[in-house]
Amino acid sequence: MNKLLSLGVLVKILTTMVPFAAPFLYAAIGETFSQTSGVVNLGVDGIMLLSAYAAFYTVLNTGNLWLGLLVAALVGLLMGLLMSFISVTLKAEQGISGIGLYMFGLGLSSLLFETTIGTVKTVNGFQPVKIPVLANIPVIGPILFQNSVPVYGAFLLVPIAWWVLEKTTLGLKIKSVGQNPAAADTLGINVDRMRYFSVCLGSALAGLAGASLSIALVNLFQENLTAGMGFIAVALVYFGGWNPWGVLGGALLFSAANSFQLWVQVLGIKVPSDVAVMLPYLLTIAALTVTVNRARQPAALNKPFERGES
Amino acid sequence: MPPNKATEAGLARQRAGFDWSKIVLNLVLPVAGVLVALLVGGIMLLVLKANPIVAYAAMISGAAGSLSGVTQSLVKATPLLLVGLGICIAFRANVINIGGEGQIILGAILATWFPLTFNRWPGWLLIPATLMLGFLAGAAWGFVPGILKARLKVNEILSTIMMNAIALQFMYLLIRGPLMDPAGVANGTFLAQSAALPRQAWLPRLVPQTTLHAGAILAVILAVAVYFFLWRTTIGYRIRAVGLNPDASRHSGINVAFYQALSLTLAGGFAGLAGAIEIMGVQHRLLDGITGGYGFTGIVAALLGSLHPLGVIPASIIFGGLLVGANEMQRSVQVPSSLINVILGMVVLFVSGSAIWSRRWAAQRKLGETQEEQVEP
Repeated sequence: MNKLLSLGVLVKILTTMVPFAAPFLYAAIGETFSQTSGVVNLGVDGIMLLSAYAAFYTVLNTGNLWLGLLVAALVGLLMGLLMSFISVTLKAEQGISGIGLYMFGLGLSSLLFETTIGTVKTVNGFQPVKIPVLANIPVIGPILFQNSVPVYGAFLLVPIAWWVLEKTTLGLKIKSVGQNPAAADTLGINVDRMRYFSVCLGSALAGLAGASLSIALVNLFQENLTAGMGFIAVALVYFGGWNPWGVLGGALLFSAANSFQLWVQVLGIKVPSDVAVMLPYLLTIAALTVTVNRARQPAALNKPFERGES
Repeated sequence: MPPNKATEAGLARQRAGFDWSKIVLNLVLPVAGVLVALLVGGIMLLVLKANPIVAYAAMISGAAGSLSGVTQSLVKATPLLLVGLGICIAFRANVINIGGEGQIILGAILATWFPLTFNRWPGWLLIPATLMLGFLAGAAWGFVPGILKARLKVNEILSTIMMNAIALQFMYLLIRGPLMDPAGVANGTFLAQSAALPRQAWLPRLVPQTTLHAGAILAVILAVAVYFFLWRTTIGYRIRAVGLNPDASRHSGINVAFYQALSLTLAGGFAGLAGAIEIMGVQHRLLDGITGGYGFTGIVAALLGSLHPLGVIPASIIFGGLLVGANEMQRSVQVPSSLINVILGMVVLFVSGSAIWSRRWAAQRKLGETQEEQVEP
């Protein structure tokens, strides 16, 4: 146990924590937009899988990493359109349509992987970019300022998302359709259009989450690559109280628990690895029970809007 | 109209039972959903350069063309039906149970440990005791998110998903440790699986030389029991009332949180029973992949059965057939059987999306009834 608590190991845990928070951040910030507008998109994991495949396949064949990111975002956008059509236009029960989207993404990514790639291969993903001066700071430098572009992007997304949601008219509109769609409708805001926009934006970000995994972090694709990360991301939104900064805290905490269990295994410490793997999930449940920001929950979350319904 | 009366009217309409037009609607929408999904699946097959007609013919003959196909389909339908019954109860209370996978695992774990430990018990005692224990284990795994929702308002969708991950790791811990097959330890293979159950704990086979076991009959009996429970008992009535209109139920003195927690617990119990039956009837030992994804596909079966316990019977048989047929399709046209997951996902999307038409239709009818009432003096 002493080995685990040494400074060296702590730094290692933190150096794993920062980049692996990126997929959670993209997906959870995206889901924050979606949920703020009143739509729970439970299909995030399916979107991440399909986009991770699409990004990986693109890079495998063209070697163009930026094209990979773009394709992933587009695939996410298309999945978002599908989700919006079912959940906003057809007003489906969101918990169920989300599970449908998840199964669709899981199945399609496996199907395409088996027919177009077949075996597990690797690509040269995004390389770490050292930020001049800052990267040379002892301890903090290697942890924070020697990451790849998609990882920096994920952290930059937090203040941007906060600014959009809290300081712009667009954010106000998104919030209004999530809090009181009937009132927003009376004020001339097109509820459905705002929800389409938020779900699609969120899904495109979920697409980037998948790409960050397959072409920036692990640089491979296999069946069910995400192993439920998308569902964790949805939980992080509740944990973060629908606030990008709260989501950042949750993502870092979860990622820390995750890299802690990885290093427990690497160092061969005598905790059964299965118990260590459980830790992040136990932590998430615990976190959900103590989340106090429930007052911030969008009032119309999970409720389809229909004109004339009181 | 005060909300209580609206709920009463809704429940009365449900109680009336033989409402033919509603039954037709509940039949047409899911069937249409499946057909559209198969159609899109056919286009995908074309893209994959396979002949959809040949592929689907292989699927049908694989599922229904032989005795072994039919019995295998029924074997797969059994856990789907059981999980689906639990989903019916939960969804009727407006609680979404995504925790089927974890609940199946817990049922399977207990149904492995118990017969291995009490291996001298006679079958007539061991089998019912193990089934009961499997149910209770799953129920306990459903109770946790249930009580978290009731007491702390924790979203059950998320907590059940976390419970799935925890259950899976717990199973790995056991089959790599305390429950690992002693034979595997002795001969050095260290396979991550438990020892085989004692023979008297195996569920009896229904048809010789096939895998069809008595669990299938039990599942059908339970489907009828759940129907009576939901529509003919006070508790069932309250569960449905809570789902239809929680506010009205609260005003009329129903403890909403309690019935939601109860419905999640029962849903967990049925999934746990499915796990126990998979162990006792099919695998006879605990190993990775024991859930077979039934925790998720059971949701699809329940939806296709219009969340009606008796509707889930044909729905799960159709699904069992699709799963068996997909393997045959993979063999004959070399299309990965994961296509079936794509089709299942589309079925869920289409069926959940098509609910709008049944709601609109119900709203129109309600409007019609109100007008009729006004006409009367």
